[in-house]
Amino acid sequence: MPDMIDLQHVNKWYGQYHALNDVTNQVKKGEVVVVCGPSGSGKSTMIRTLNRLEPIQGGRIFVNGEDIHAVGRDINVLRAGIGFVFQQFNLFPHLSARENVMLSPLKVAGMTKAEASELAAGLLEKVGLGHRIDSMPAQLSGGQQQRVAIARALAQKSPLILFDEPTSALDPEMVGEVLSVMKQLAAEGMTMVVVTHEMGFAQEVADRIWFMDAGQILEDSLPAEFFSNPQHPRARKFLSDVLEPRGAATLPY
Amino acid sequence: MLDILHEYGLMFLVGTWPVGPLGGFANTLVLAGLGLGLGLSFPLAMLLALARTGSIRWLKMLATVWVYTFRGIPLVMVVFWAYFLLPVMIDTTVPAFATALAAIVVYESAFLAEIVRAGLDGLPKGQMEAARSIGLSYAQAMKSVILPQALLNIIPSLVSQFVSTIKATSIVYIIGVQEITFSAQQINSIEMTRALSVFLVLAAFYFVACLELSQFARWLEARIRARQLRPA
Repeated sequence: MPDMIDLQHVNKWYGQYHALNDVTNQVKKGEVVVVCGPSGSGKSTMIRTLNRLEPIQGGRIFVNGEDIHAVGRDINVLRAGIGFVFQQFNLFPHLSARENVMLSPLKVAGMTKAEASELAAGLLEKVGLGHRIDSMPAQLSGGQQQRVAIARALAQKSPLILFDEPTSALDPEMVGEVLSVMKQLAAEGMTMVVVTHEMGFAQEVADRIWFMDAGQILEDSLPAEFFSNPQHPRARKFLSDVLEPRGAATLPY
Repeated sequence: MLDILHEYGLMFLVGTWPVGPLGGFANTLVLAGLGLGLGLSFPLAMLLALARTGSIRWLKMLATVWVYTFRGIPLVMVVFWAYFLLPVMIDTTVPAFATALAAIVVYESAFLAEIVRAGLDGLPKGQMEAARSIGLSYAQAMKSVILPQALLNIIPSLVSQFVSTIKATSIVYIIGVQEITFSAQQINSIEMTRALSVFLVLAAFYFVACLELSQFARWLEARIRARQLRPA
Protein backbone atom coordinates (compact mmCIF):
# COMPACT_ATOMS: atom_id res chain seq x y z
CA MET A 1 0.00 0.00 0.00
CA PRO A 2 1.33 3.48 -0.85
CA ASP A 3 1.73 6.09 1.88
CA MET A 4 -1.07 8.56 2.46
CA ILE A 5 1.01 10.54 4.92
CA ASP A 6 4.77 10.63 5.08
CA LEU A 7 6.41 12.62 7.88
CA GLN A 8 10.15 13.07 7.40
CA HIS A 9 12.22 14.44 10.29
CA VAL A 10 9.60 17.04 11.20
CA ASN A 11 10.75 19.63 13.70
CA LYS A 12 8.80 22.46 15.21
CA TRP A 13 9.64 25.00 17.87
CA TYR A 14 7.52 27.51 19.75
CA GLY A 15 10.33 29.89 20.58
CA GLN A 16 12.72 27.82 22.67
CA TYR A 17 10.21 25.04 23.18
CA HIS A 18 10.81 22.02 20.98
CA ALA A 19 7.21 20.99 20.19
CA LEU A 20 7.96 18.35 17.57
CA ASN A 21 11.28 16.57 17.80
CA ASP A 22 12.38 14.83 14.62
CA VAL A 23 9.05 13.12 13.98
CA THR A 24 9.31 10.52 11.24
CA ASN A 25 6.52 8.09 10.39
CA GLN A 26 4.08 7.02 7.70
CA VAL A 27 0.37 6.36 7.40
CA LYS A 28 -0.69 4.02 4.62
CA LYS A 29 -3.81 4.43 2.53
CA GLY A 30 -6.86 3.10 4.36
CA GLU A 31 -5.11 2.93 7.71
CA VAL A 32 -6.57 4.24 10.96
CA VAL A 33 -3.89 5.60 13.25
CA VAL A 34 -4.78 6.66 16.76
CA VAL A 35 -2.41 9.13 18.37
CA CYS A 36 -2.37 9.22 22.14
CA GLY A 37 -0.18 10.64 24.85
CA PRO A 38 -0.27 12.98 27.82
CA SER A 39 -1.38 16.59 27.31
CA GLY A 40 1.38 18.77 25.99
CA SER A 41 3.01 15.84 24.24
CA GLY A 42 2.63 17.37 20.78
CA LYS A 43 -0.28 15.27 19.45
CA SER A 44 -2.44 18.21 18.45
CA THR A 45 0.53 20.14 17.14
CA MET A 46 1.52 17.16 15.01
CA ILE A 47 -1.92 16.64 13.50
CA ARG A 48 -2.26 20.37 12.82
CA THR A 49 0.96 20.38 10.82
CA LEU A 50 -0.54 17.79 8.47
CA ASN A 51 -2.76 20.38 6.77
CA ARG A 52 -0.46 23.29 7.54
CA LEU A 53 -2.60 24.89 10.23
CA GLU A 54 0.78 25.01 11.99
CA PRO A 55 4.03 25.79 10.20
CA ILE A 56 7.07 23.57 10.72
CA GLN A 57 10.69 24.63 10.93
CA GLY A 58 12.37 21.46 9.76
CA GLY A 59 11.65 18.32 7.76
CA ARG A 60 8.99 17.59 5.18
CA ILE A 61 5.42 16.30 5.22
CA PHE A 62 3.89 14.58 2.21
CA VAL A 63 0.17 13.95 2.00
CA ASN A 64 -0.92 11.90 -0.98
CA GLY A 65 2.49 12.59 -2.49
CA GLU A 66 2.21 16.37 -2.15
CA ASP A 67 4.73 18.35 -0.14
CA ILE A 68 2.35 20.19 2.20
CA HIS A 69 4.82 22.75 3.49
CA ALA A 70 6.55 23.49 0.17
CA VAL A 71 6.80 27.19 -0.58
CA GLY A 72 4.57 28.33 -3.41
CA ARG A 73 2.15 25.40 -3.34
CA ASP A 74 -1.50 26.41 -3.47
CA ILE A 75 -2.33 25.44 0.08
CA ASN A 76 -6.07 25.87 -0.51
CA VAL A 77 -6.07 23.09 -3.10
CA LEU A 78 -4.02 20.84 -0.82
CA ARG A 79 -6.24 21.52 2.18
CA ALA A 80 -9.37 20.81 0.18
CA GLY A 81 -8.03 17.27 -0.13
CA ILE A 82 -7.69 16.80 3.63
CA GLY A 83 -10.68 16.66 5.96
CA PHE A 84 -10.15 18.09 9.43
CA VAL A 85 -12.43 17.65 12.43
CA PHE A 86 -11.84 19.89 15.44
CA GLN A 87 -12.30 19.37 19.15
CA GLN A 88 -14.62 22.39 19.30
CA PHE A 89 -16.53 21.40 16.11
CA ASN A 90 -16.07 24.92 14.70
CA LEU A 91 -19.28 24.85 12.73
CA PHE A 92 -20.10 28.19 11.14
CA PRO A 93 -22.89 29.40 13.43
CA HIS A 94 -24.50 31.71 10.88
CA LEU A 95 -25.07 28.84 8.44
CA SER A 96 -27.46 25.91 8.70
CA ALA A 97 -26.15 22.35 8.91
CA ARG A 98 -26.74 21.94 5.20
CA GLU A 99 -25.02 25.24 4.37
CA ASN A 100 -22.03 24.29 6.52
CA VAL A 101 -21.60 21.11 4.51
CA MET A 102 -22.25 22.88 1.18
CA LEU A 103 -19.63 25.59 1.59
CA SER A 104 -16.56 23.70 0.40
CA PRO A 105 -18.29 21.97 -2.54
CA LEU A 106 -19.68 25.34 -3.65
CA LYS A 107 -16.63 27.53 -3.19
CA VAL A 108 -13.77 25.12 -3.69
CA ALA A 109 -15.02 22.26 -5.86
CA GLY A 110 -17.17 24.58 -7.94
CA MET A 111 -20.37 22.54 -7.70
CA THR A 112 -23.71 24.10 -8.53
CA LYS A 113 -26.01 24.93 -5.66
CA ALA A 114 -28.30 22.02 -6.52
CA GLU A 115 -25.43 19.51 -6.63
CA ALA A 116 -23.93 20.77 -3.38
CA SER A 117 -27.29 20.75 -1.66
CA GLU A 118 -27.95 17.18 -2.73
CA LEU A 119 -24.48 16.08 -1.63
CA ALA A 120 -24.98 17.79 1.75
CA ALA A 121 -28.35 16.17 2.28
CA GLY A 122 -26.91 12.76 1.51
CA LEU A 123 -23.96 13.21 3.86
CA LEU A 124 -26.10 14.51 6.71
CA GLU A 125 -28.31 11.51 6.20
CA LYS A 126 -25.23 9.31 6.41
CA VAL A 127 -24.19 10.75 9.78
CA GLY A 128 -27.73 10.24 11.07
CA LEU A 129 -28.91 13.84 10.81
CA GLY A 130 -31.32 13.56 7.91
CA HIS A 131 -34.01 15.09 10.10
CA ARG A 132 -31.89 18.11 11.15
CA ILE A 133 -30.65 19.25 7.73
CA ASP A 134 -31.88 22.81 8.04
CA SER A 135 -31.15 23.27 11.73
CA MET A 136 -28.77 25.99 12.83
CA PRO A 137 -25.72 24.87 14.83
CA ALA A 138 -27.05 26.56 17.97
CA GLN A 139 -30.08 24.26 17.82
CA LEU A 140 -27.99 21.09 17.76
CA SER A 141 -26.41 19.16 20.62
CA GLY A 142 -22.65 18.81 20.80
CA GLY A 143 -22.74 15.32 19.37
CA GLN A 144 -24.95 16.44 16.51
CA GLN A 145 -22.70 19.41 15.80
CA GLN A 146 -19.67 17.17 15.64
CA ARG A 147 -21.46 14.85 13.25
CA VAL A 148 -22.27 17.85 11.02
CA ALA A 149 -18.56 18.72 11.19
CA ILE A 150 -17.73 15.20 10.02
CA ALA A 151 -20.23 15.54 7.16
CA ARG A 152 -18.57 18.84 6.28
CA ALA A 153 -15.21 17.08 6.08
CA LEU A 154 -16.71 14.27 4.00
CA ALA A 155 -18.10 16.83 1.55
CA GLN A 156 -14.52 17.57 0.54
CA LYS A 157 -14.48 14.04 -0.89
CA SER A 158 -10.98 13.58 0.42
CA PRO A 159 -9.50 10.15 1.10
CA LEU A 160 -8.09 11.37 4.42
CA ILE A 161 -9.68 12.88 7.51
CA LEU A 162 -7.77 14.17 10.51
CA PHE A 163 -9.54 14.17 13.88
CA ASP A 164 -8.15 16.39 16.65
CA GLU A 165 -9.72 15.14 19.90
CA PRO A 166 -13.17 14.88 18.30
CA THR A 167 -14.97 13.76 21.45
CA SER A 168 -13.11 15.68 24.15
CA ALA A 169 -15.58 18.57 24.25
CA LEU A 170 -18.64 16.33 24.34
CA ASP A 171 -20.83 15.31 27.23
CA PRO A 172 -20.24 11.62 27.93
CA GLU A 173 -23.60 10.48 26.60
CA MET A 174 -22.80 11.97 23.18
CA VAL A 175 -19.39 10.41 22.71
CA GLY A 176 -20.84 7.17 21.39
CA GLU A 177 -22.80 8.67 18.49
CA VAL A 178 -19.69 10.42 17.17
CA LEU A 179 -17.45 7.39 17.60
CA SER A 180 -19.92 5.17 15.80
CA VAL A 181 -19.87 7.48 12.76
CA MET A 182 -16.08 7.34 12.86
CA LYS A 183 -16.13 3.56 13.07
CA GLN A 184 -18.35 3.46 10.02
CA LEU A 185 -15.91 5.64 8.08
CA ALA A 186 -13.02 3.42 9.12
CA ALA A 187 -14.93 0.37 7.93
CA GLU A 188 -15.47 2.05 4.56
CA GLY A 189 -11.73 2.40 4.09
CA MET A 190 -11.23 6.07 4.98
CA THR A 191 -7.67 6.91 5.98
CA MET A 192 -7.87 8.46 9.43
CA VAL A 193 -5.51 9.99 11.94
CA VAL A 194 -7.27 10.39 15.26
CA VAL A 195 -5.91 12.18 18.28
CA THR A 196 -8.04 10.88 21.13
CA HIS A 197 -8.19 9.69 24.71
CA GLU A 198 -10.87 7.14 23.83
CA MET A 199 -8.86 3.99 24.44
CA GLY A 200 -11.87 1.79 23.70
CA PHE A 201 -12.09 3.28 20.22
CA ALA A 202 -8.34 2.84 19.78
CA GLN A 203 -8.50 -0.80 20.77
CA GLU A 204 -11.43 -1.54 18.51
CA VAL A 205 -10.77 0.52 15.40
CA ALA A 206 -7.12 1.51 15.16
CA ASP A 207 -4.72 -0.29 12.88
CA ARG A 208 -1.82 1.29 14.72
CA ILE A 209 -1.26 3.37 17.79
CA TRP A 210 1.27 6.15 18.05
CA PHE A 211 2.22 7.09 21.58
CA MET A 212 3.66 10.59 21.77
CA ASP A 213 5.48 12.37 24.55
CA ALA A 214 7.73 15.43 24.58
CA GLY A 215 7.24 16.00 20.86
CA GLN A 216 8.35 12.52 19.83
CA ILE A 217 6.59 9.37 18.71
CA LEU A 218 7.91 7.04 21.39
CA GLU A 219 5.95 4.02 20.39
CA ASP A 220 4.30 2.84 17.18
CA SER A 221 2.58 -0.48 17.60
CA LEU A 222 -0.49 -2.58 16.96
CA PRO A 223 -3.32 -1.94 19.42
CA ALA A 224 -3.09 -5.44 20.88
CA GLU A 225 0.61 -4.99 21.62
CA PHE A 226 0.20 -1.47 22.88
CA PHE A 227 -2.49 -2.27 25.38
CA SER A 228 -1.16 -5.62 26.57
CA ASN A 229 2.52 -4.95 26.53
CA PRO A 230 3.56 -1.29 26.12
CA GLN A 231 7.30 -1.05 25.56
CA HIS A 232 8.18 2.43 26.70
CA PRO A 233 8.00 3.19 30.44
CA ARG A 234 6.17 6.45 29.76
CA ALA A 235 3.59 4.58 27.66
CA ARG A 236 3.10 2.15 30.56
CA LYS A 237 2.57 5.01 32.98
CA PHE A 238 0.20 6.78 30.56
CA LEU A 239 -1.89 3.65 30.10
CA SER A 240 -2.18 2.98 33.78
CA ASP A 241 -3.22 6.62 34.34
CA VAL A 242 -5.83 6.53 31.57
CA LEU A 243 -7.26 3.09 32.19
CA GLU A 244 -7.25 3.19 35.98
CA PRO A 245 -7.45 6.82 36.97
CA ARG A 246 -5.63 7.13 40.26
CA GLY A 247 -7.81 7.98 43.20
CA ALA A 248 -11.06 7.01 41.54
CA ALA A 249 -11.73 4.39 44.17
CA THR A 250 -11.20 6.81 47.04
CA LEU A 251 -13.79 9.35 45.93
CA PRO A 252 -16.54 9.66 48.52
CA TYR A 253 -19.33 8.44 46.26
CA MET B 1 -39.93 77.12 19.68
CA LEU B 2 -42.71 75.84 17.42
CA ASP B 3 -43.02 79.20 15.75
CA ILE B 4 -39.32 79.04 14.92
CA LEU B 5 -39.92 75.68 13.30
CA HIS B 6 -42.99 77.05 11.57
CA GLU B 7 -41.22 80.09 10.24
CA TYR B 8 -37.88 78.60 9.32
CA GLY B 9 -38.76 74.94 8.86
CA LEU B 10 -37.79 74.91 5.23
CA MET B 11 -34.49 76.60 5.95
CA PHE B 12 -33.70 73.98 8.58
CA LEU B 13 -34.59 71.26 6.14
CA VAL B 14 -32.93 72.33 2.90
CA GLY B 15 -31.14 75.64 3.57
CA THR B 16 -31.59 78.17 0.78
CA TRP B 17 -32.33 75.52 -1.82
CA PRO B 18 -33.66 75.69 -4.55
CA VAL B 19 -32.44 79.28 -4.88
CA GLY B 20 -29.03 78.47 -3.42
CA PRO B 21 -27.19 75.15 -3.00
CA LEU B 22 -28.76 72.28 -1.09
CA GLY B 23 -28.23 72.87 2.62
CA GLY B 24 -29.85 72.32 5.95
CA PHE B 25 -30.77 68.93 7.32
CA ALA B 26 -30.82 67.40 3.84
CA ASN B 27 -27.19 68.26 3.36
CA THR B 28 -26.31 66.95 6.82
CA LEU B 29 -27.85 63.63 5.86
CA VAL B 30 -26.06 63.59 2.52
CA LEU B 31 -22.76 64.34 4.22
CA ALA B 32 -23.26 61.72 6.92
CA GLY B 33 -24.61 59.16 4.47
CA LEU B 34 -21.80 59.59 2.00
CA GLY B 35 -19.24 59.74 4.76
CA LEU B 36 -20.44 56.51 6.38
CA GLY B 37 -22.16 53.39 5.18
CA LEU B 38 -22.96 54.01 1.56
CA GLY B 39 -19.88 56.05 1.12
CA LEU B 40 -16.38 55.81 2.01
CA SER B 41 -15.31 55.57 5.59
CA PHE B 42 -16.88 52.19 6.33
CA PRO B 43 -15.33 50.38 3.32
CA LEU B 44 -12.07 52.14 4.11
CA ALA B 45 -12.39 51.02 7.73
CA MET B 46 -12.88 47.40 6.60
CA LEU B 47 -9.68 47.55 4.58
CA LEU B 48 -7.83 49.12 7.50
CA ALA B 49 -9.11 46.46 9.89
CA LEU B 50 -8.14 43.65 7.50
CA ALA B 51 -4.69 45.20 7.18
CA ARG B 52 -4.38 45.51 10.96
CA THR B 53 -5.38 41.89 11.56
CA GLY B 54 -3.56 40.50 8.54
CA SER B 55 -0.04 39.22 8.24
CA ILE B 56 1.43 41.61 5.67
CA ARG B 57 3.83 43.67 7.73
CA TRP B 58 4.04 46.93 5.84
CA LEU B 59 0.27 47.08 5.33
CA LYS B 60 -0.21 46.48 9.03
CA MET B 61 2.15 49.32 9.91
CA LEU B 62 0.54 51.66 7.42
CA ALA B 63 -2.94 50.95 8.78
CA THR B 64 -1.74 51.31 12.37
CA VAL B 65 -0.16 54.69 11.66
CA TRP B 66 -3.37 55.80 9.92
CA VAL B 67 -5.53 54.77 12.84
CA TYR B 68 -3.29 56.28 15.52
CA THR B 69 -2.90 59.52 13.59
CA PHE B 70 -6.51 60.29 12.85
CA ARG B 71 -7.78 58.97 16.14
CA GLY B 72 -5.32 61.13 17.99
CA ILE B 73 -6.25 64.55 16.62
CA PRO B 74 -9.49 66.50 16.97
CA LEU B 75 -11.89 66.43 14.03
CA VAL B 76 -11.79 70.19 13.76
CA MET B 77 -8.03 69.98 13.12
CA VAL B 78 -8.60 67.43 10.36
CA VAL B 79 -11.23 69.70 8.84
CA PHE B 80 -8.90 72.71 8.87
CA TRP B 81 -6.07 70.61 7.61
CA ALA B 82 -8.13 69.36 4.69
CA TYR B 83 -9.37 72.87 4.04
CA PHE B 84 -5.89 74.34 3.74
CA LEU B 85 -3.86 71.38 2.59
CA LEU B 86 -6.06 69.61 0.06
CA PRO B 87 -6.15 72.50 -2.48
CA VAL B 88 -2.37 72.82 -2.27
CA MET B 89 -1.87 69.09 -2.71
CA ILE B 90 -4.02 68.69 -5.81
CA ASP B 91 -3.43 72.25 -7.01
CA THR B 92 -7.03 73.25 -7.55
CA THR B 93 -9.85 74.67 -5.50
CA VAL B 94 -11.89 72.14 -3.61
CA PRO B 95 -15.55 72.78 -2.79
CA ALA B 96 -16.23 73.09 0.92
CA PHE B 97 -18.52 70.08 0.82
CA ALA B 98 -15.82 67.84 -0.66
CA THR B 99 -13.30 69.10 1.86
CA ALA B 100 -15.65 68.34 4.72
CA LEU B 101 -16.42 64.92 3.30
CA ALA B 102 -12.75 64.05 2.96
CA ALA B 103 -12.06 65.13 6.53
CA ILE B 104 -14.96 63.14 7.95
CA VAL B 105 -14.05 60.04 5.96
CA VAL B 106 -10.44 59.87 7.12
CA TYR B 107 -11.34 60.76 10.69
CA GLU B 108 -14.19 58.29 11.07
CA SER B 109 -12.37 55.50 9.25
CA ALA B 110 -9.87 55.37 12.11
CA PHE B 111 -12.57 54.75 14.71
CA LEU B 112 -14.62 52.41 12.57
CA ALA B 113 -11.53 50.38 11.70
CA GLU B 114 -10.93 49.64 15.36
CA ILE B 115 -14.54 48.54 15.80
CA VAL B 116 -14.28 46.21 12.82
CA ARG B 117 -10.96 44.91 14.13
CA ALA B 118 -12.56 44.11 17.48
CA GLY B 119 -15.25 42.19 15.59
CA LEU B 120 -12.66 40.19 13.66
CA ASP B 121 -10.51 39.47 16.71
CA GLY B 122 -13.57 38.65 18.79
CA LEU B 123 -14.45 35.53 16.81
CA PRO B 124 -13.00 32.21 17.98
CA LYS B 125 -9.77 31.37 16.17
CA GLY B 126 -11.33 28.06 15.18
CA GLN B 127 -13.67 29.81 12.75
CA MET B 128 -10.85 30.92 10.49
CA GLU B 129 -9.06 27.59 10.96
CA ALA B 130 -12.16 25.62 9.99
CA ALA B 131 -12.79 27.86 7.00
CA ARG B 132 -9.21 27.44 5.78
CA SER B 133 -9.31 23.70 6.50
CA ILE B 134 -12.15 23.11 4.06
CA GLY B 135 -10.00 24.74 1.38
CA LEU B 136 -11.32 28.30 1.36
CA SER B 137 -8.81 31.04 0.55
CA TYR B 138 -8.27 33.88 3.02
CA ALA B 139 -10.58 36.12 0.97
CA GLN B 140 -13.28 33.45 0.67
CA ALA B 141 -13.07 32.70 4.39
CA MET B 142 -13.42 36.40 5.20
CA LYS B 143 -16.38 36.85 2.89
CA SER B 144 -18.34 33.70 3.69
CA VAL B 145 -17.43 32.93 7.28
CA ILE B 146 -15.72 35.70 9.22
CA LEU B 147 -17.28 39.00 8.11
CA PRO B 148 -20.93 37.87 8.27
CA GLN B 149 -20.41 36.97 11.93
CA ALA B 150 -18.11 39.83 12.85
CA LEU B 151 -20.25 42.55 11.30
CA LEU B 152 -23.37 41.30 13.04
CA ASN B 153 -21.60 41.32 16.40
CA ILE B 154 -20.38 44.88 16.03
CA ILE B 155 -23.68 46.45 14.95
CA PRO B 156 -24.19 48.14 18.35
CA SER B 157 -20.73 49.73 18.33
CA LEU B 158 -21.07 50.69 14.69
CA VAL B 159 -24.35 52.43 15.43
CA SER B 160 -22.76 54.43 18.24
CA GLN B 161 -20.03 55.52 15.91
CA PHE B 162 -22.47 56.34 13.10
CA VAL B 163 -24.58 58.38 15.50
CA SER B 164 -21.54 60.19 16.74
CA THR B 165 -20.57 60.92 13.14
CA ILE B 166 -23.93 62.43 12.30
CA LYS B 167 -23.42 64.82 15.17
CA ALA B 168 -19.80 65.42 14.24
CA THR B 169 -20.84 66.72 10.83
CA SER B 170 -22.07 69.82 12.65
CA ILE B 171 -18.50 70.99 12.97
CA VAL B 172 -18.01 71.52 9.25
CA TYR B 173 -20.11 74.68 9.24
CA ILE B 174 -16.89 76.45 10.22
CA ILE B 175 -15.58 76.03 6.68
CA GLY B 176 -18.86 77.17 5.21
CA VAL B 177 -20.55 73.89 4.36
CA GLN B 178 -24.25 74.66 4.32
CA GLU B 179 -25.64 71.96 6.51
CA ILE B 180 -28.14 72.24 9.30
CA THR B 181 -25.90 73.88 11.90
CA PHE B 182 -24.99 76.44 9.27
CA SER B 183 -28.71 77.04 8.70
CA ALA B 184 -29.26 77.45 12.43
CA GLN B 185 -26.49 80.03 12.55
CA GLN B 186 -28.11 81.95 9.71
CA ILE B 187 -31.52 81.85 11.34
CA ASN B 188 -29.97 82.93 14.57
CA SER B 189 -28.44 85.97 12.97
CA ILE B 190 -31.76 86.90 11.41
CA GLU B 191 -33.66 86.51 14.66
CA MET B 192 -30.89 87.83 16.94
CA THR B 193 -32.68 87.24 20.25
CA ARG B 194 -33.98 83.71 20.08
CA ALA B 195 -30.81 81.67 20.12
CA LEU B 196 -32.12 79.29 22.75
CA SER B 197 -35.14 78.24 20.68
CA VAL B 198 -33.19 78.07 17.45
CA PHE B 199 -30.57 75.77 18.88
CA LEU B 200 -33.18 73.67 20.63
CA VAL B 201 -34.78 73.02 17.25
CA LEU B 202 -31.35 72.22 15.87
CA ALA B 203 -30.75 69.71 18.67
CA ALA B 204 -34.12 68.10 18.00
CA PHE B 205 -33.19 67.50 14.38
CA TYR B 206 -29.99 65.71 15.37
CA PHE B 207 -31.78 63.78 18.06
CA VAL B 208 -34.47 62.49 15.73
CA ALA B 209 -31.94 61.49 13.07
CA CYS B 210 -29.85 59.56 15.59
CA LEU B 211 -32.93 57.96 17.15
CA GLU B 212 -34.16 56.76 13.77
CA LEU B 213 -30.77 55.31 12.92
CA SER B 214 -30.57 53.51 16.27
CA GLN B 215 -34.02 52.04 15.79
CA PHE B 216 -33.27 50.94 12.27
CA ALA B 217 -30.10 49.20 13.48
CA ARG B 218 -32.00 47.48 16.26
CA TRP B 219 -34.59 46.23 13.80
CA LEU B 220 -31.88 45.06 11.39
CA GLU B 221 -29.95 43.20 14.06
CA ALA B 222 -33.08 41.50 15.39
CA ARG B 223 -34.06 40.48 11.89
CA ILE B 224 -30.67 38.94 11.08
CA ARG B 225 -30.48 37.14 14.41
CA ALA B 226 -33.98 35.78 13.96
CA ARG B 227 -33.06 34.45 10.55
CA GLN B 228 -29.96 32.77 11.97
CA LEU B 229 -32.01 31.04 14.61
CA ARG B 230 -34.96 30.26 12.44
CA PRO B 231 -36.74 27.11 13.51
CA ALA B 232 -35.64 24.05 11.61
